[in-house]
This record gives sequence, structure tokens and C-alpha cells, in this order.
Amino acid sequence: MIVGMLIHLLLLLLFAPLLAGIIARTKALFAGRRGQPVLQLYFDLLRLARKGSVISKTTTWVFAAGPVIGLVVPLIAALMIPFGTLQAPLSFDGDLILFVYLFALARFFTAAAALDTGSSFEGMGAAREVTFSCLAEPTIMFALLVLAKLSGGLSLDILLGDHLNASWRGGSGPALGLILVCLFVVLLVENSRIPFDDPNTHLELTMIHEVMVLDHSGPAFAMILYGAALKLMVLGTLIVNLALPWATPWWALNLLLYLAGLVLLAMLIGIVESVMARLRLVRIPQVLIGTTLISVFALVLVLR
Amino acid sequence: MTDINSIILLVVILLNFFILGSARLVACIRAVALQGALLALLPVIVHGFSLHSLGLAGGAFLFKGGLIPWLLLRAIREVRIRREVEPLISLVATLFLGAMATVAAFLFADQLPLIHASQAGVLVPASLATMLAGFLLLMTRRKAITQVVGYLMLENGIFIFGVLLSTAMPLVVEAAILLDLLVAVFVMGIVLNHVNREFSSINIERLSALKE
Repeated sequence: MIVGMLIHLLLLLLFAPLLAGIIARTKALFAGRRGQPVLQLYFDLLRLARKGSVISKTTTWVFAAGPVIGLVVPLIAALMIPFGTLQAPLSFDGDLILFVYLFALARFFTAAAALDTGSSFEGMGAAREVTFSCLAEPTIMFALLVLAKLSGGLSLDILLGDHLNASWRGGSGPALGLILVCLFVVLLVENSRIPFDDPNTHLELTMIHEVMVLDHSGPAFAMILYGAALKLMVLGTLIVNLALPWATPWWALNLLLYLAGLVLLAMLIGIVESVMARLRLVRIPQVLIGTTLISVFALVLVLR
Repeated sequence: MTDINSIILLVVILLNFFILGSARLVACIRAVALQGALLALLPVIVHGFSLHSLGLAGGAFLFKGGLIPWLLLRAIREVRIRREVEPLISLVATLFLGAMATVAAFLFADQLPLIHASQAGVLVPASLATMLAGFLLLMTRRKAITQVVGYLMLENGIFIFGVLLSTAMPLVVEAAILLDLLVAVFVMGIVLNHVNREFSSINIERLSALKE
């Protein structure tokens, strides 16, 4: 079990920053540029970790706790989800609820850290982030309920396990397709990608996630960037496991299939970011309510 | 066979949601055209190739996927409107009601005393859901053109139900329905133009007041 944990964490820690590089590279290709190196985020993290940081005198320990919890939460959540056919090292009944609410915990502390600085811009970003994520939460819960109904289990290991292959072929393929789309939208919202939030924006008025971390610098900022990359990989794993349910007899090939799936997912995110414009803020809740309704509909299809 | 069938019906239901939640008229018309064109495939898939089913499919495809949407798009271009400015209740609320109607359709379809063969697929619930979504659109929108879209959705729902009975339903009946629809769209287009010229707006609320 200890070995399993180590393999899981090593994979996550080493592979996650690569995905951000692939997204940036895809966007650069679409724009006709050469783009930054694929390993850029690794260099950024190293550079930031060596720097000192400035901490405002008005802040308290909450400001420092935000980035740390943002980094630790994806690591704990990763232990509960299988990577391809690598089983989850930490699995128990009902861990899917802990999985969802761990991310809510991280969000609470990021928002609290933003409010702690007393900056009005950061308060605005925190308000937006909390609003949108509380609309995204029902979608992911209903999607997991669909999987729970199909698999008959209550832990993520069973939810994303062997039953998927048969379920896709059987009568519940359409329902799985619907929740796959819903989960992709949730992934874009949770990781503040383009149709919902622009990760590269330079205008505070339009930011959601980036505005909350304006005051963090140096190692704390490195932790935030690293935490965001880890979160992308953990939530992406949910989608890759769902979309690629095949298992071969060789574990190395399975692992390769899973990593290739993640790379494909990152490219897909890059393509979506290149071909879509940011939605107006008032449209975002409408889209999220729409995905919630679609996932409810998927549940009705399965329960029938 | 039933698999393609249920995927088409699923897309049709998703298009219902899209039309209920979209504020742009052009997008609504395109979506309802796509819905009509997809549904035109159903008789061929359910009943196999025969002169009867091919005639039904071809007619539905030409009218609902091509001619009627084209007329509607032309009417929009002439009266120069793009958006449903203020629906009676908000788009999100309409979407919510639509989803509840869909769930209700699924629950209700299981209770209906039908023969077993028609109970199996999603044909009956999809038909009920599309009809209810059409009604909802008719009730909640103010623009005349969105109401025409609502009629089209209603007809699509009836068409899905008709596919179940299409061996019993003569071609003439379906042809007559399509013709009725076409005439209705024509009349609506002409009325639309007149209303627009008279009141410089096509909100149907104006029609209920006798004097300016």
C-alpha cells in the first residue's frame, strides 16, 4: 500500500506540470507561434521556489495557509482515484463525497486567503469563484451518482473500475456520454480555463481565479501554480478513466494508455481555448445550470 | 438498430434543452431544423427500407430540415431581429421547467398502457418531452417567430409518436400535416411582416390590445 501511494504521488508530481506545457503549446500552434518550451512550468516552479516573498503586514496565518492547502488537497484526492488500471491506494466506501469536498476545502482556503489581504479586487474574484463553483458542484455529484448506480459501488475505485467497459457497450452508453461532456465542462470551470475564465488575462476586472492570488509571491506562488497543475491532472484522471475503459494484460501498456489519454485531454483543452471566446459572466451560471440539468437527465436515463 | 435510434432521440432531447435555453433566434431555428432532419432518419431506421418509409423520411427531411427553416430565416432577415429580448419568464427558469417536463415525460411513459414492443425504447418519452418543450416555448415567448419554432417542436414530437404507428399511418396523413405546417409558417411570415410594418415591433403582446 505504501508502495502504491509512492507510485501514485510520484506519477502525479512529475507528470502534472507537463500538461500545462502541452496546453500552452497547443494554443501557440493554433495562433501560429512556436510557443514556450513544453517544460516551461517546471522551470517556472524552480525559479519561483528560489525567490523570496513579500507578505503584507495586514495579513494573518490564513494568507499563508491558502497555498499550502491548495497544494496538499490534490495530493490527498489523488490517493483516492485510480490512475488508469493502477488501483487507488486509499479506497473506502463513500470516498467520492470526500473527493468532491476536498476540492471545496481548497477553494474555501484560497478564497479566505484572498479576503485576508483586504484588497477589493481579490474579494471580487473570491465572490465569483465561490458562486461558479457552487453551481458546478451539483453537476459533478450527479455525474458520480450515475456512475455509482451503474457500478453498484460507492468508492471511486469501483466507480471507475471494470464495469465501465460493459456499461459503454450496454444500454447505458448514452448516459455515460452525457456525463462525460458534463465532467469536461466541470474540469474547465474548476481549473479556470477559457470559456469560463482566462488564465492569462491581465485585467483584474475580468479575472476570477488569477485575481485571488495577486498578492502571493515567490514560493507561495509556486505552490499555487503547482497545486493548479496537480488539480488539473486529478480531475482530468476522472475523465480519462471514464473515456478510455480498456485494459490490456500488461501494466506498462495500461499506464502508457492512461498518460496518452491525459496528453490528449490537455490538447483538447488547448483546442477549446483556441477556438472559443470567453463567455460573458452572466452566461456562465446559465451554462452551469444547463450541465446540471443534463447530468440529472443522465441519472433519469440510468434509473429508468 | 435500436442503438442508433436511441442516440438520435437523445440528441433530439438535448436540442430541446438548447432551444429552451438559447436567446438567439437564428440558433433556435438552426437547432429545430437539425432536429427535424435527424427525426427524418427515424422511419427508415425503425421500419427498414420501403417505399412508404422512404417517402415519409424524404418528405419530412425536405420540409422540416430545409424549406421551413429557410422561410423562417428569411422572415428574420426581413424584420431584422436577432434575440428574444425579454421572455415572459427567464431563460434559466424555462430550462428548469423543460428539464422537469422531460423527467415527468420519462416517468409518465412508463405508466402508459402500451404494447410491450413500444415500451422498450425511448421513443414514447422522447416524443412526450419534445411536445411538452414545444408547449413551453409557445407559452413563455413573446416573439411570433419563437412561437413558430414552438409549433415546429410540437410537430416533431407528434412525428416521433407517429413513427411508432407509421405502418398504420397512411402517407397522406403525414403529408397533410406537413402541408398544414407549411401553410401556417407562410401565414405566420406574412402576419409577421404586417405586424412589423404596423407597429414597428413584433411582440405579440401588442396584438391583444385593441387600440394603440
